[in-house]
Amino acid sequence: MVSGEVFSTAARPGGFGRRVWRSIVRHGFPDTNRNRSLAVFSNLFLHVHPVKVRVEAIRFTRTFYLGGLAAALFVILTVTGVAVMFYYHPSVPRAYADVKDLEFVVTAGVILRNVHRWAAHAMVAAVFLHMARVFLAGAYRPPREFNWVLGVLLLVATVFLSYTGYLLPWDQLAYWAVTIGTSLAAAVPLVGGDISFLLLGGNQIDENTLLRFYVLHCVVLPLVLTGLFAVHLWRVRKDGGIYLPPEATGRATRVVDGEPTP
Amino acid sequence: MSPRDYELVKGEDIRDARSGRRKSDPRPRRLLVVQEEARPAVDVFEEDMVMTFPHLVVREAIALVALTLGLVVWSIFANAPLEEIANPLATPNPAKAPWYFLGLQELLHYYPPLVSGIILPGLTILALAVVPYFNVNLTRAPLWATDRRQKLVRLTAAIIAVAALFYVSGASPVWPIIGPTLAVGGLALLPGLIGGERGVLGWLSTRSLAFWIFVWFVVVAVTLTMIGIFFRGPSWSLTLPWVDGVYY
Ligand code: HEM
Repeated sequence: MVSGEVFSTAARPGGFGRRVWRSIVRHGFPDTNRNRSLAVFSNLFLHVHPVKVRVEAIRFTRTFYLGGLAAALFVILTVTGVAVMFYYHPSVPRAYADVKDLEFVVTAGVILRNVHRWAAHAMVAAVFLHMARVFLAGAYRPPREFNWVLGVLLLVATVFLSYTGYLLPWDQLAYWAVTIGTSLAAAVPLVGGDISFLLLGGNQIDENTLLRFYVLHCVVLPLVLTGLFAVHLWRVRKDGGIYLPPEATGRATRVVDGEPTP
Repeated sequence: MSPRDYELVKGEDIRDARSGRRKSDPRPRRLLVVQEEARPAVDVFEEDMVMTFPHLVVREAIALVALTLGLVVWSIFANAPLEEIANPLATPNPAKAPWYFLGLQELLHYYPPLVSGIILPGLTILALAVVPYFNVNLTRAPLWATDRRQKLVRLTAAIIAVAALFYVSGASPVWPIIGPTLAVGGLALLPGLIGGERGVLGWLSTRSLAFWIFVWFVVVAVTLTMIGIFFRGPSWSLTLPWVDGVYY
């Protein structure tokens, strides 16, 4: 690295504001390939991307951005979920009253709850469609086979995340929908009763179940999903980036924008 | 050229390909490994590249904003459901699971809980997870490119076997699976039966077996789920959504 150019800010002209800005963002305006590269790899969040990407790989119709949309929905769900948590007690009958308050008392609470609810449904759908896209593109084949397996785990985690959230409003819909699912657990041979007891925190759906589902929904499963997603995205790069079919590859090397690379 | 034309060289142990005798030839050798199958991740450097910033980052930002806007607008007009407080003594009729489980709940209508709730979903997840490890069609060869007659016989037999299995194994014939099996199976067979190189038939004829199996899985899952969401009412009886509305 050329010293004094990128990191030294003290010697540069400009006011205090510029100094503060430069202490956070250490590169200049991203109008050169160098600063554009720095914008990506000196940023914790952007550095999941390579500095350059293939034109064919970022085409909308290649992936329909479904994996990215699933990830974006997860971010939206995390933000709205944390906001909803400020108004919610996981106890009976308080939980139901809290959700009612969210609907009728809290300012914009109904929008908050709606966004959280619809985003949750959308995420399940997006993940399923993403899986179908990956399969139909043939992107599950070696060397991406392990990433496909991670994907299947992500699908399961997404469904459980949505399902545990379903109980939290503690209305009739929630209670009986979860009754159907958890009664299936009891059908497992030999250990079914134990699994059901573990899941419900007792022999029937009650306050203990609500607390268990709450902890799973707000802490355990989001952490599991975040971890799996981190590995998933890392593997996309380690496996050579988005899979491109042979007909989409094989043109001459050039950077088709910005300055030519040295 | 096949890998057999080249000799495996270990350290300095260089052998003459024909006589098998050891040669003390210290010259460096070029080795070539020819991969038989089509690998999806060969390094191709000859591709058009753009800088991630701004090209990809801007697209991502647009997607995120569009998604957020769409969700907020949708949420202004459509409220999330909230019913009466939970009452363990008042079972609603029908009592439905979340929509993504309604395919399984539909199966519950035909099979005992162990089969519909544990075995079938468990097998499905397992099958999905192992897909890439069974060399599922690495080259994705068109189904009808070779052995046409043999494949016609086998595929027809397989379709009939699957349909028959779901005809006899449930409490009543599992039409939501039998129907898609016959429909997708028929489409898969069509190019094999009547040929065709152009248009829709041509496209169908270039699909691989893996494609057909996956499409079958998706169509079955979607059919079961749609029936569970829209066509099931009190006591899981068949209803028409445009007559009775949607039960949830
Ligand atoms: C929470 C769920 C998931 C998230 C957030 C996610 C995210 C992503 C993202 C952002 C990509 C980059 C390319 C793209 O957008 O298509 C990707 C690729 C990929 N995903 Fe997922 N994914 C999820 C679930 C799944 C599932 C269920 C599967 C399959 C069972 C899967 C398999 C793959 C594979 C194999 C790739 C590489 C595709 C390629 O190289 O073209 N993912 N994922």
